Amino acid sequence: MKKKLTVALAGNPNAGKTTIFNALTSSRQHVGNYPGVTVEHKEGICQHKDYELRIVDLPGTYSLTAFSAEELVARNFILDEKPDVVISVIDSSNLERNLYLPVQLMELGVTMIMAFNMFDMAKERGIEFDFAGLAKAFDVQIVPTTGHKGEGINNLLDAIVLAGTDKTKNSATSSIRKPLVIDYGSELEAEISRLSQLLKHNGIELKKYSKRWLSVKLLENDSELLGSLKNKEIAEEVVTSIQTVEQKLDESMETLVASKRYEFISRICAETVKSSIDFHDSLSDRIDAVMINRYLGLPIFLLMMFLVFQMTFTLGETPMTWVEELFGWLGSYVSGFWPEGSDSLLRSLLIDGIISGVGGVIIFLPNIFLLFLAISLLEDSGYMARVAFIMDRLMQKIGLHGKSFIPMLIGFGCSVPAIMGTRTLENHRDRLATIMVIPLMSCGAKFPIYTLFIPAFFPPAWHAPVLWMIYLSGILLAILCAKILRITLLKGTAVPFVMELPPYRLPTLKAAILHMWERGWLYLKKAGTIILAISILLWVLTTFPQLGEETKNRYESMRNEVRITVTAEEERTGQLEDIDNQESEESLKTSYAGRIGVAMEPLLRPMGFDWRIGTALIGAFAAKEVFVAQMGIVFSVGAADEESESLRDKLKAAYSPLVGLCVMIFCLISAPCMATIAVTRRETNSWFWAGFQLFWLTAMAWLITASVYQLGTLLKIGI
Amino acid sequence: MSEQMQTRAHAIPLAFVQAGKRVKIQSISTGREFQGRLAAMGLVPGEEITVLRNCGHGPFLLALKGSRIMLGLGMALKIFVV
Repeated sequence: MKKKLTVALAGNPNAGKTTIFNALTSSRQHVGNYPGVTVEHKEGICQHKDYELRIVDLPGTYSLTAFSAEELVARNFILDEKPDVVISVIDSSNLERNLYLPVQLMELGVTMIMAFNMFDMAKERGIEFDFAGLAKAFDVQIVPTTGHKGEGINNLLDAIVLAGTDKTKNSATSSIRKPLVIDYGSELEAEISRLSQLLKHNGIELKKYSKRWLSVKLLENDSELLGSLKNKEIAEEVVTSIQTVEQKLDESMETLVASKRYEFISRICAETVKSSIDFHDSLSDRIDAVMINRYLGLPIFLLMMFLVFQMTFTLGETPMTWVEELFGWLGSYVSGFWPEGSDSLLRSLLIDGIISGVGGVIIFLPNIFLLFLAISLLEDSGYMARVAFIMDRLMQKIGLHGKSFIPMLIGFGCSVPAIMGTRTLENHRDRLATIMVIPLMSCGAKFPIYTLFIPAFFPPAWHAPVLWMIYLSGILLAILCAKILRITLLKGTAVPFVMELPPYRLPTLKAAILHMWERGWLYLKKAGTIILAISILLWVLTTFPQLGEETKNRYESMRNEVRITVTAEEERTGQLEDIDNQESEESLKTSYAGRIGVAMEPLLRPMGFDWRIGTALIGAFAAKEVFVAQMGIVFSVGAADEESESLRDKLKAAYSPLVGLCVMIFCLISAPCMATIAVTRRETNSWFWAGFQLFWLTAMAWLITASVYQLGTLLKIGI
Repeated sequence: MSEQMQTRAHAIPLAFVQAGKRVKIQSISTGREFQGRLAAMGLVPGEEITVLRNCGHGPFLLALKGSRIMLGLGMALKIFVV
C-alpha cells in the first residue's frame, strides 16, 4: 500500500506555483470543491518512489494574513487542513519579498521545503545563492527549480518525500517542526510574552499551533483570528497591547511586525545572496514602454480584444459545425426509433426537450472555450496585469479600479467564472459592485440571440455595427450602474489599488489549456445540470396540457377538407401547412407556458412583445441559452438554431425591426441565467445581493426596453 | 522636535516624486489593513524604491528590488518618502 502525503503549493502570485503544479501532476488533475467551503481548488496526484502525493495548488498570497477572499482560502487550507508538506514556491529573481510568506510559515512551524523557482531568471540577473547557508539559516531543504522547463522537479519530489518521511518517523512526537522565532524587538516581545501567558492561563488552544505564533498574529491585528477568539477579555488585552506598543514606537503594528520580519530576511540574505544588479531595464520594461504607453496602451488593448473575438469566432466555426451535425444526427437517430409522424411524448421529450435544449448550449461550447483559452493566454503571459493598469484610470472614474476589469472581461465568456474571479478583489464593496455589473457584459449565451435576430431584421451592412452597438450598450450600462451603486448602496472611499506587474512570460499552450479548462468546465457543468433540468421543465410547460380530442378532430377535418377540395399541389401543401401552424399555435397557447405568456401580456405590451415572445422569455429567464430553441418551438419550426432561415422569416413576418431590437435589448440587460444568480449568492454569501441583482437587472431590462419601444413607436422608427 | 518628527518633516508623498528618481520609504499613512497589504508586498519603511511612472494618467508604477508594483494615485499620496 502506498503511503500518502498531502502536499500544498503556497507562494506569491506569479511565483510559478501553477507551473510546478502542472509539472508535478501533468494530466492527473481535477478541479474540486473544498469540503465545507464553497470554493473550487485544484488538486492532482503524483506518484514518487513509494508515495502517493496529493498535490494541492493554493491561490497566490503574499502573507498568512489574508487580504482577499482568495488569500483566505490559501491561508485556511494551511491552518485547517494541515498538509503534510508545504512547498513554498519562491520567485528567486525577487527573493526578499518572496521570503515574507515562507518566514511566516516557518514561524507557524509547518513542515516545509522551499522551491527557489525561476532559477534560470535569477541566474540571468546574475544572482548567486549560497544554498547551504540558506538551508542552514532557515533549517529547510531548498531546491532550485525552473518550473516551465521542468528542471529541478525530480529533486523537488525527492525533497518532498524526505520531508514527509521525517515527519512520519517522528510521528510519536509533535508533528510540527520547531517554529522559527524572530526577535520582534523588546517592546513587542514584552507584549508577546504577556499575551502568550494569558492564552496559556486561559487554556486557549487554536488548532494546536504555538501560543507565540498566535500572540504575534493577534497583535498583528489578524481579523480572522481575532474574530474566532471567544474570550472577550483576551480580545481587549490584545487591543491594549497594540495601543501600548504603537504609542511607544509611533508606528502601526502591521508595519512594525512586517519590518522586523524583513529585517530578519535581509540579514540572512545579506550573507547568502549575492546580487549584482538590483533594478535594471529589462525586456519586460521595454515592452511595457509600448504596451502601457499613455497613448498607445488603450488602442493596443482594444485591438487585442478585437483579435481575440475574431479568433474565437473564426476558429470556433468549424467545431461549432461539428457539434451542430452531431446533435442533428443524434436527433434523427433517436427519432428513428419511432415511426414517421409519431406524436409519442417520450420522443418529443427527448428531441424537442432534451436534445434541442442541451444542444443549444453545447453548440456554443467551442466559442466559450476558445474565449477562455485566449484569456488564459493573456493571463499567463502577464498581459492581463497590463490591462488592469490601462483600464485603472477609467475604472477609478466609476468608483472601481483596474483589477475589477479582469473579471468583467471574463464575463464576456460566461458570468459564472467571472463572478468567481472577483475573489482577488480585496475590498468588499468593490467586489460587490463588480459582481453586480458583470452580467451586463453580454455573455456567450446571449450571442446566438443576436445572431438569430440581427439578420432577420437588419440589412447585411448593418449586421456588424448593430452587434457592436449591443455589446457597447451593455458595457456603458455596466459603467453607469457601477457608478450609481458606488454613489448609493455601495458608497465608500476610493478603493485602494495595488497590484504587482509581473514580467512578461511566454505562455505554454499546455498550461493555457489547463487554465482554460478550469473556467470552461463550469460552463459545461452548468449545461449538464441546470440547462438540462430547465429544458425538461420547459418541454413540460410547452407540451401540457395538450389539445383536447375535440380540437384535434376539428383540425383533422379541416385538413381533410383541404385534401379533398384543393387540387393544386402547391396550394394544397401551403394550406395544409397553414393548418398545421394554426394547430401548433393553439396547442402552444393552451399549454402552461403559453398561458403564462398570455397572462404576462400586459407586462409585455409596453415593450412591444406578444405572448409568444413571453413564452420564449420564460425559459430564457432561467437560462438564455434556451431562448433560441424556445423561439423555434413557439413559431413551430421544430428544432431551431440561430441559423434557421425559416425561423428568421417567421420572425420578420411577425414583428417589426423595432421589436426585434427590443427583444435583443431585453435579453442583453436581463440576468443571463439562474446559475449567475446562484453563483452571486454563493460568492457574496447573501440572499439579499443575489435577489437584488436579479431584481434590478430584470427591472432595468423592462424599463429600458419599454422606453426604447415607446420612443421608437412615437418617433415612428423601425416599426 | 524628536528625531523621528524631524525626519518626517522632510518626507514628501510618493505621488510628488518624478519618474526615474530613487527614494526611500519613510512612513505609510494608509488604513491599517492596507498597510499590512503593502507590507506583504514589500513596501515597508526603510525600503528603497525607484519611481518608474508618475504621470497622472494611469496608476503609479514603481520598482521595488526585482518587482514592479502598480499603485493607485490616492495611495501614492499616503506613502511618505525621503
